[in-house]
Amino acid sequence: MSESPKSSMDGAQALVKCLEAQGVEYIFGLSGGSAIPIFDALITIETKIQLILVRHEQGAAHMADGYARATGKPGVVLVTSGPGATNTITGIMTAHMDSVPMIILTGQTISSMIGKDAFQEADVFGLTMPVVKHSYLLKDPNDIPRVVKEAFHIAVTGRPGPVLRDLPKDISAGAFTGELDPPMNLPGYYPFREVNIDDVKAIAEAIQHSSRPVILAGHGALISRAEKEVVQLAETIQAPVTTTFLGKGVIPETHPLSLGMLGMHGTAYANKAVVECDLIMSIGSRFDDRIIGQASRFCKDAVRIHIDVDEAEIDKMIKVHHSCVGDAKAVLQELLKHVSALDTADWLRRVDGFKTKYPLRYGKQAGLKPQQILVELYQMTGGNIVVTTDVGQHQMWAAQFLRTSRPRDFIGSGGAGTMGFGFPAAIGAQFGRPKEQVWAIVGDGGFQMTLCELATACVNKLPIKILVLNNHYLGMVRQWQELFYDDRESGVDLAGNPDFAKLADSYPGAKGVTLKRTADIRKILQRAMDYNDGPCVINAECEKTENVFPMIPAGRPLEDMLIERPKTKLSKPTGST
Amino acid sequence: MSFEQHTHTLSVYVANRPGVLARIAQVFSRRGYNIESLVVSPANDGDFSRMTIGLSGASEGLEQIVRQVGKLVDVISCMEHADDTAVVRELALVKVRVEAERRMEVLQIVEHFACKTVDLTDTSMIIMSTGASEKVAAFIRMIRSFEVVELVRTGKVLMARGDQPT
Ligand SMILES: Cc1ncc(C[n+]2csc(CCOP(=O)(O)OP(=O)(O)O)c2C)c(N)n1
Ligand SMILES: [Mg+2]
Repeated sequence: MSESPKSSMDGAQALVKCLEAQGVEYIFGLSGGSAIPIFDALITIETKIQLILVRHEQGAAHMADGYARATGKPGVVLVTSGPGATNTITGIMTAHMDSVPMIILTGQTISSMIGKDAFQEADVFGLTMPVVKHSYLLKDPNDIPRVVKEAFHIAVTGRPGPVLRDLPKDISAGAFTGELDPPMNLPGYYPFREVNIDDVKAIAEAIQHSSRPVILAGHGALISRAEKEVVQLAETIQAPVTTTFLGKGVIPETHPLSLGMLGMHGTAYANKAVVECDLIMSIGSRFDDRIIGQASRFCKDAVRIHIDVDEAEIDKMIKVHHSCVGDAKAVLQELLKHVSALDTADWLRRVDGFKTKYPLRYGKQAGLKPQQILVELYQMTGGNIVVTTDVGQHQMWAAQFLRTSRPRDFIGSGGAGTMGFGFPAAIGAQFGRPKEQVWAIVGDGGFQMTLCELATACVNKLPIKILVLNNHYLGMVRQWQELFYDDRESGVDLAGNPDFAKLADSYPGAKGVTLKRTADIRKILQRAMDYNDGPCVINAECEKTENVFPMIPAGRPLEDMLIERPKTKLSKPTGST
Repeated sequence: MSFEQHTHTLSVYVANRPGVLARIAQVFSRRGYNIESLVVSPANDGDFSRMTIGLSGASEGLEQIVRQVGKLVDVISCMEHADDTAVVRELALVKVRVEAERRMEVLQIVEHFACKTVDLTDTSMIIMSTGASEKVAAFIRMIRSFEVVELVRTGKVLMARGDQPT
């Protein structure tokens, strides 16, 4: 951007120019009084940025999130002050929990009215502080370029996260006389760390003494694009690799060394391998409570290693013997220089034994099984699809039965567990990956939280396939009530569901299909795949009381994994949720 | 909780930006730490501020909190200092109601603790005490045998000894 500032430009127009300079393709948003100058600038300034009008601001945030996870580029949200801004908070928190780069632009009342309860005034800077990586309240139109530059830099570097920028209307409407490409001023932000060679050597040494190693790859490995290095390390030291929910795709799940996901609803063989390993090495995972169960007993007697870009994660959940702070890719590249082949043949035989003895399985009798639909979807597509999930039982089945072979192909709300995420995230993912087939796997409960975005998908003719695994229940909660609360159902019956296929049909350009019989799975899925003029909703009327297994009750050690429904009554879980 | 309760003193060097104090305070409150004293002032370089934070809470987890504060975008550094590697001082102002006839007794205590009388009226005086926190506390204990009407303490300020950065 070398052109000299035009004196006729206002703050909002300068903003649009700066966003374009950052490579922004899409802005997901919905307008209102204090954001009007910015929306106006999007048409008065010549720009390639496309505005995607949403139907609810939460949807905008999840779309930006889905776009970011599918592409690795930050997603951008633009909303008005007050309720417009507060509607995005769930989405910001979701991105923050999962380290997703996002830029949130909120309108604000004029500077002189801030703090006086002006119409649609909310302290968005304060309200969002605990769920952003950083935030700004702008006070001068001429600061806009620096702040935009800093915001993008902060959002994508180090451990990524959402950055919010609150823009009072007098600042966006005020005259811009500054420089469009000023230097950043971030004296306290240094996300790039040299890899400490001694740390790496200590890790290599520990690995060389291991005979039963397991690699645990998380979102951090995926964010740093370290998939090649993870696989190379695994193959060199012949270690099986398990991933977190967000780490799915770091290693192809068809790879012989892949164990799939571990944790509460992970594969039995991953959990058993982790229980028996003599060394566990986390690459970019934060040892979330859903994967470690009871912290004090997690890999208690194994050598524990942690590689993470965020120093504050080291020793937070699990005390480790060795750690290295740094970008996963850089650390692994260094580590690969110091490790040599390891003979783990006995260990791999034992792990393969777990795979044979405890495969993922489900009952095939009776009604339409959600797992069966996912298995057939996987077979039909060879896994070459981008999948987003909502939150609940369907999410865990999707994680289990849809094997992922490429990074960024499997997207879901992990840390936050935000219902309503899946479908709008698919919209964002489809914008980011226009040539690929995008599937949203959602539950009947969560889909209803954000399904108003069907209009957004229709207007933009997005050929997203929305598979509603409809059990007429808040299924995951019902499962807990069945298992731990003596089958007392409380507030989980979703009587009142619409006919999702008919609902889709009522949107111009959307299609709805219904799946009721196991024998029709392929036919109906194919019908959805053949429809590409807009979104297609598949209402799959599944068996209502199917449960997700394996399951480790919250707060219990991995050893207590249940492979199937126990005959005896279980006590209430002690873990967080 | 079975963790030991301790007092800790942190020194935080920050860029002088709006919201930085709130962000730091949030890290502590979220983890149940009580900020007992807080001193914020411009640093040698006026674009930056220096904070000294006195805390009580479990020692367990404090290291992680120090890292969480350290990673905030506007925080340059955050360090915990032990009392023997740093100079720690504070100042207190104490207003005592005292009639002329007992004034000499008060002045004796003032002298003993090397305090200063900074305001004097017929019925009251304000005494300034400075020094290590324990010394200030000892003075306050003594002076309470008179009628203390108001008490203000600055909280600790800290500087690392020798060539060590604070
Ligand atoms: C916004 C939000 N509210 C509540 C929950 C708690 N919760 C977790 S799973 C679940 C049930 C989801 O039901 P549904 O979308 O139908 O999916 P299913 O489990 O039936 O597959 C609920 C209520 C949540 N995760 N997010
Ligand atoms: Mg359901």
